Amino acid sequence: MSEYLVIDQLTKIYPTPKGPAVIVRDFNLRIKQGEFVCLIGHSGCGKSTVLSMVAGLSDVTAGGIILAGKELVGPGPDRGVVFQSPCLLPWMTALENVLLGVDQVFYTARPEERLQIAEYYLSVVGLSEAMLKRPAELSQGMRQRVGIARAFALAPKMLLLDEPFGMLDSLTRMELQQVLIELWRKDKKTALMVTHDVDEALFLADRIVCMTNGPEAEVGAILEVAFPRPRERKAVLEHPEYYRLRAHLITFLEEHAHKKSPPAQPGAGSHPAPPTLTPAPNVIPQRPVALLTPR
Amino acid sequence: MKKFKLDWLVLPLIGIGVVLLLWQISAATWAKELPSPLKTWQVSRPYLAEPFAKRGEMDQGILRFSWYSLILVAKGYALALLIGTPIGFLLGLSKTFAKIFDPIIQILRPVSPLAWLPLGLVLFVGAGRQASELGALFTIAVCSMWPTVLNTSVGVRAIPQDYLNVAKVLKLSRRKTLFKVLIPATLPYMFTGFRLSLGIAWLVIVAAEMLTGRPGVGGFLWQEYNALIYEHIILCIITIGVIGFILDRLMSVVERRFKTA
Repeated sequence: MSEYLVIDQLTKIYPTPKGPAVIVRDFNLRIKQGEFVCLIGHSGCGKSTVLSMVAGLSDVTAGGIILAGKELVGPGPDRGVVFQSPCLLPWMTALENVLLGVDQVFYTARPEERLQIAEYYLSVVGLSEAMLKRPAELSQGMRQRVGIARAFALAPKMLLLDEPFGMLDSLTRMELQQVLIELWRKDKKTALMVTHDVDEALFLADRIVCMTNGPEAEVGAILEVAFPRPRERKAVLEHPEYYRLRAHLITFLEEHAHKKSPPAQPGAGSHPAPPTLTPAPNVIPQRPVALLTPR
Repeated sequence: MKKFKLDWLVLPLIGIGVVLLLWQISAATWAKELPSPLKTWQVSRPYLAEPFAKRGEMDQGILRFSWYSLILVAKGYALALLIGTPIGFLLGLSKTFAKIFDPIIQILRPVSPLAWLPLGLVLFVGAGRQASELGALFTIAVCSMWPTVLNTSVGVRAIPQDYLNVAKVLKLSRRKTLFKVLIPATLPYMFTGFRLSLGIAWLVIVAAEMLTGRPGVGGFLWQEYNALIYEHIILCIITIGVIGFILDRLMSVVERRFKTA
């Protein structure tokens, strides 16, 4: 129970003509069952590489990954992956896309039961009306809903999300964060999500893992996010801790935009963050509060 | 360009008119043996008026001849697709396979049907009366399969990594990956290959029939050349062109259906 996913000394090295390029070095992380952890860092820092190694889509150079007491080798449907682009097969309907995975995992179940599972998850993500549509007929947000439904419908041991909302506009993104967090709460899944959106990480995560900049990226700092659950966006935004944590994260990211090696104390760097990046209170009124209430 | 009513009909008719005029002038001036358009029409009329008539082995309505040719093309073309598509998949899927066979494919591809046919006849010489048909089929298949092979392999290589990741993450079996992911993803490319292959298959038929003397448009053309009835050569050329055009249109309709999928 205490350590569900263990990432130990994970290292990724690509051979290049100029010699080996170390993308990630000695990455260590332990995740408890049912925990929601966000990996945050600058683009290109290697956070997606870590996630795809956990997903088994990228080979591990050194180190190991243990999920539920078993070392992971290669990809498998025990980890539900939500990619940045929804990765739906365009010649299949939304339902068929979800069923493709369900058929694979629940091959002993009767066809009606498999259909029920797929239909259940599609309706939970709000697509009961659009199940028989093909991806081309769906909006970007709806496609990602299918992606989420597909990942959850596999009944995976854990969820891996690779910037799943990165390509969406901010309103759709908030809607989908809500969809995701509700499903996560219902199914009690362990989740590891890569993002570069500080607010998204603060709203969703129990812990935020900040990665240092690559090459040779590693864990820079870990932030506990103790907002009470179930979370409501308005309550989170108004929480007294919110802006302290946000400032902390942004300062960390700011430090690492300029420095190669992490400072001993994240947030206590030698130079202060530029004023544009410090969270100003006037950010709040700009948020359309009416749209933030859970659907 | 300014558009006007019926321009889609009038403009092509102008083109045809120009060609007919050049033809008429040529027939009247420097090419004395070339029959004029009017003469061609008069001599060809019985073949067009009764397109399915059968007056003798080598004296049949033009559509009846075309039908024989189409049947032969259909067989050879089917053979080309059956062989070419799997080869294309293997080339696209395996880099080693591609390295082994790509050079030989590039060498065989530009060889003319006129060169393949004698080899085909030699190969099936043991088949007796069937030799000419089998030789023709061999030639059609060998010449027309290359676009299918190459387009399929390009299509397989062009499958987005996203789709392959889905297959990997779900741990789809090889069979399922092939039928649920690889083939549907390659289909648009495959159909482009199929369309080009059909064009070539139709091109080859004439050469094959000319050399084997089989009844069909190509065989008829060659026979009428030997019989000095030049009007019929032109009739055959026009028929072959029109049928090729129709086949291409039909295939592109099918192709477009798969493109949108």
